[in-house]
Amino acid sequence: MAPIDAAMIHDITGPLAIRTFSEMGGERVFDPDRVVMLFDHQVPADSIAAAENQAFMRRFAAGQGIRNYDLREGVCHQVVLEKGRAAPGEIVVGSDSHTCMYGAVGAFATGIGSTDMAFALRFGALYFRVPETLRATVTGTFLERVGPKDLILSIVGDVGADGATYQAVEFGGETISSMGMAGRMTLCNMAIEMGAKAGIVPPDATTWEYVASRRASVVPFDLASDPDAAFAGTRSYDAAALEPQVAAPHNVDNVVPVSKVAGTHVDQVFIGSCTNGRYEDLAEAAEVLGDRSFAESVRVIVIPASREEYLKALRAGLIERFVEAGALVEAPCCGPCMGGAFGLLAPGEVSLSTSNRNFRGRQGSTEGLVYLASAATAAATAIAGEITDPREA
Amino acid sequence: MTEQIERPDRTVRTVTLPESSGAPRAWKFGDDIDTDAIIPGRFLTINDPAELAKHAFEGTRDEFAQSVLSGDVVVGGRNFGMGSSREHAPLALKGAGVRYVVAESFARIFYRNAINVGLLPLTTASTEAFEDGAEIHVDLGANSVSVGGTAYPLDPVPDFLKRIADAGGLVEYARTLEEVETCGTTSR
Repeated sequence: MAPIDAAMIHDITGPLAIRTFSEMGGERVFDPDRVVMLFDHQVPADSIAAAENQAFMRRFAAGQGIRNYDLREGVCHQVVLEKGRAAPGEIVVGSDSHTCMYGAVGAFATGIGSTDMAFALRFGALYFRVPETLRATVTGTFLERVGPKDLILSIVGDVGADGATYQAVEFGGETISSMGMAGRMTLCNMAIEMGAKAGIVPPDATTWEYVASRRASVVPFDLASDPDAAFAGTRSYDAAALEPQVAAPHNVDNVVPVSKVAGTHVDQVFIGSCTNGRYEDLAEAAEVLGDRSFAESVRVIVIPASREEYLKALRAGLIERFVEAGALVEAPCCGPCMGGAFGLLAPGEVSLSTSNRNFRGRQGSTEGLVYLASAATAAATAIAGEITDPREA
Repeated sequence: MTEQIERPDRTVRTVTLPESSGAPRAWKFGDDIDTDAIIPGRFLTINDPAELAKHAFEGTRDEFAQSVLSGDVVVGGRNFGMGSSREHAPLALKGAGVRYVVAESFARIFYRNAINVGLLPLTTASTEAFEDGAEIHVDLGANSVSVGGTAYPLDPVPDFLKRIADAGGLVEYARTLEEVETCGTTSR
C-alpha cells in the first residue's frame, strides 16, 4: 500500500465511489484537504439523473468539508493542475483514466475506478504494483503546425494500445525540455492510450515555475531518473520528421499522417477537452483560422478546458473570432468527448476531434466515425469541411 | 436466482437474474474491447448493476444484454477493457450474472476494477480456439478453463489480488481492515 497525496472525483465516477465508501464502512474521508471534487462530464446537468448525482455529491462534499469546485472551473485534469493539487513526487489518484495527465508536473498520477477511490478516500492509501518504465526520448524541432498532439499520436501509434500496459511512460529529450506545460499535459494525458499507468515528464525549471505559480512555498528538488536506471524499453522519436498525425476510427493507435486521410468529409469538429482545450491550442486554431469562416457544412464546437483558459482566450479575442467564424463556444466541460452529454453523432456522421479517444460510439452513434488530431488540424478541417493538412489550409 | 443489488440511495432491492437452464456459454469478443463498447457513456448516470446490465454492449452487440444468462462467461482477446476508468463496465457484466472474464490480457484499470467489484478477470495464453456460444467452465481449484470439452490452463492470480477476490471484492476486503500499513509517508 502506498499513501495518497491527493484524490480527485468527478460527476461520473464520484457517486459510485461515495456510495462504495459508505459500504466499506467509511464515515470521514482520510483528509478532506486532499480530496478534490468537481463536475465536468455532464454540466450543466443534462438530465435529471445527472442532476441527482451532482446533488448527491454536493451533499457529501458539504458534510465532509471537501473543496467542491462544482461546475465552475472546468475539466477535472486541467483544474487539478491549475489549483496546484498535484506537484512533483506526489502520488495522485483520480477516478478518471486521464488522471495520468498530472505527470506533466512530475507527479505519479494514475486513473482508478470507483471502488479503488472509495478505498483511497477511506484509508488515504491504495495498493499499487510498482510500474516498470518505458522511456520515450524525443529530439528535434517540430515543423510548422506540428506539435505535441501529433507527437503523442505518433507515439501511441508506435507503441500500440496495450504496448505500455501497467508501465509508466517517461518523456524526455531536448524536444520535451523545450516544450511548455500545455504540450507536456497533452503528452501525459494520452499515456493511458498505450495502456500506461502513468505518463511523466521529469520536473525541470519549466515544471517548478508552473508549480510555484500554483502553490505556496514550493521548494524545487531533483527528481530525475537515476543515470543507471533500468528501463523496460526505450524508444526514440524525431520531432522534426513528424507530419501532422491523425488517429483514424476506431482505435487511438490507428495513427496515420494527415495526408492519408486528407479529403475525408466531416460533419463535426470539436476543439477542446483535457487533451487540447488550453489557450495554446485555441490560439493555434485561431491562427490557422485567420479571418476566414468555418465551412457551413460543419458543426464546429469549441470548448476551453477551464474557466481560466476560457478567460485567457476571451481576453485575447479568440472566442470572438471563433464565434464570428461560425463556431459554437460552450462553457468549460468535457463536451462531446464524453459521448453522453451533447454534441453527439448520428449514424454515418464523421467527427474530427482534438480529444483523446475515438472508440466506436465514443461521441454518440456506434455508426459514427471519430478522427483525432491537433487543434491546428481541427481548425484547418473545420474551414475546409474535410480533413485537411493545417500547412495547406 | 436472486441477488441483492444496492441502489444509489443505498436502499436494497432484490432483482431476479435470468436463470440459466443449461450449461454456461462463452460470449466471445475480440482484441481491444473498450469500455465505451461494454457500457456507452450515455448510461453512466446509472449506478445499479442490474440496470447497467440492460445496456451492456449496446450498439455493438445488442444480443448480449438480450440473451446473456447468469453464469455465462465473457471471453476476450488482448487488452480487454481498454479505455475509461468507469467501473460501470465490470458492474454491467456482473449485473448480467457474469462471474468470470477470460482473456489473453486486460487493460490495467478494468483489471483492477473487476477484481475490486468481485468479477474475476482471468488470463490464459490464447483464447483463439474458444468458440462463441461454446459450453465453458472455469475451475478455480484446477486453475483451468474448459471450453467445448478441452481444458486450458489459466495464469495464476497474484496472491494479494487473490485475497481481495476471495473476500468477494475490495469492499469486503476493506471491511476487515481498521487501517492500512503503507510503505512510506506522503510527500506533503
